[in-house]
Amino acid sequence: MKDFEYEAPVSLATAIEQIAAGNGSVKVLAGGTDLIDHIRTGRLTPSLVVDVKKIPELNVLEINSDGLRLGASVSCASVYGNEDICRDYSALSDSCHIIGGIQIQNRASVGGNLCNSGPAADSIPSLIALDATCVIAGPQGTREIAAEDFCTAPGKNVLESGELLVELVMPARPAKSGSHYLRFIPRNEMDIAVVGVGASVMLDETGETIQSARIGIGAAAPTPLFAKEASELLTGLPANEESFAKAAAAAQEIVTPIDDMRGTVEFRTHVTGVLTKRALHVAVERARKS
Amino acid sequence: MAKKRVVTTKINGRPVEFLCEPRQTLLEVLRENLDMIGTKEGCSNGNCGACTILIDGKAVDSCLVLAVEAEGMNIETIEGVASADGLHPLQQAFLEEAALQCGICTPGLIMSAKALLAQNPDPTEEEIRFALAGNLCRCTGYDKIVRAVQSAAKMGCASAAK
Repeated sequence: MKDFEYEAPVSLATAIEQIAAGNGSVKVLAGGTDLIDHIRTGRLTPSLVVDVKKIPELNVLEINSDGLRLGASVSCASVYGNEDICRDYSALSDSCHIIGGIQIQNRASVGGNLCNSGPAADSIPSLIALDATCVIAGPQGTREIAAEDFCTAPGKNVLESGELLVELVMPARPAKSGSHYLRFIPRNEMDIAVVGVGASVMLDETGETIQSARIGIGAAAPTPLFAKEASELLTGLPANEESFAKAAAAAQEIVTPIDDMRGTVEFRTHVTGVLTKRALHVAVERARKS
Repeated sequence: MAKKRVVTTKINGRPVEFLCEPRQTLLEVLRENLDMIGTKEGCSNGNCGACTILIDGKAVDSCLVLAVEAEGMNIETIEGVASADGLHPLQQAFLEEAALQCGICTPGLIMSAKALLAQNPDPTEEEIRFALAGNLCRCTGYDKIVRAVQSAAKMGCASAAK
């Protein structure tokens, strides 16, 4: 591997200083499951690697009446190891369960998955569905951005030179809410999504009518998408397959997938519809049980 | 060149201090600096699991860990699995079930299985297959590997897995 310096600051302020001083030649290390491979292959050539796992703010894992706060370096295994997250933010634990194998899940973080900004990143549709806000810190202070606005192109995002993702904040989940993430892959596990869909729903007291819904779609465009129309048209509709089909058709309208070895445009568009229906179906089932 | 760092860890129960460059992976340091060649290098990009070790009880790919990150960590490798009294039940079961052919994937599989059994002493077949999904065997021995883990679990591997 090409030579680089390494720092492991224990405070956010020091990390920001070190990242800002590096003039763009700094890479942030959380789980390292993408970064270390990219340095090894020469795709990335940082002069400094800043390990952020010792910073308290990036290790926060807190769930209370305000919602969920997830530090950017918290591992996928810690996410699905938390019963409250599995119950109330199931789409996120679904994602964390299928990112790589156990060895990857023990290291890789949701924050890192977001910052790598891969179009097929499994956690991002769930973050979008769960209405996550990304808290970013930099030399100019702190700013917030919605998860669906974070990625700007494959591998690119809104982080400016010197900035780092601190945490992801998701609103509280009321009664009768549920969520789910699923993806299509040709294997049983350890593969990259051909398409992935995260859905979150809130039902009325009877559990029969959808009060609100949010759908996130991965691997079907240069960035993960928030399917706004598909989500909003569900408001007030009965929670049944007919409604899910309407949302699926609307979701298929916004995807702009590529043809590659994993699937054709036609196939990915079709799968977007299928997975949207299935994700909504499970999200509604979970909401009824909550 | 970046300055070498002194890293203090515990490896297989013994305190170990080593000198490494930031750019060295833990896999590289184990094999090349510390001569612990039981941990294998396969793909070196986190797909194959041949380099699986346990850090603080959790299975990780040592090719995707920088050695400098290991400061203060408790590392377990295949070299620490057998005891003075003989093979670990998992190792015994891999032999008895013929769960290896070329053997390159075996240290990683045993470390993954050890982490699984420590956490879940009586896993179902599906749980075993998911826990070992990050370990590839290209001699196609998965059924035998799964049977070996089941057999080790029956032998009461959990108590021995400590």
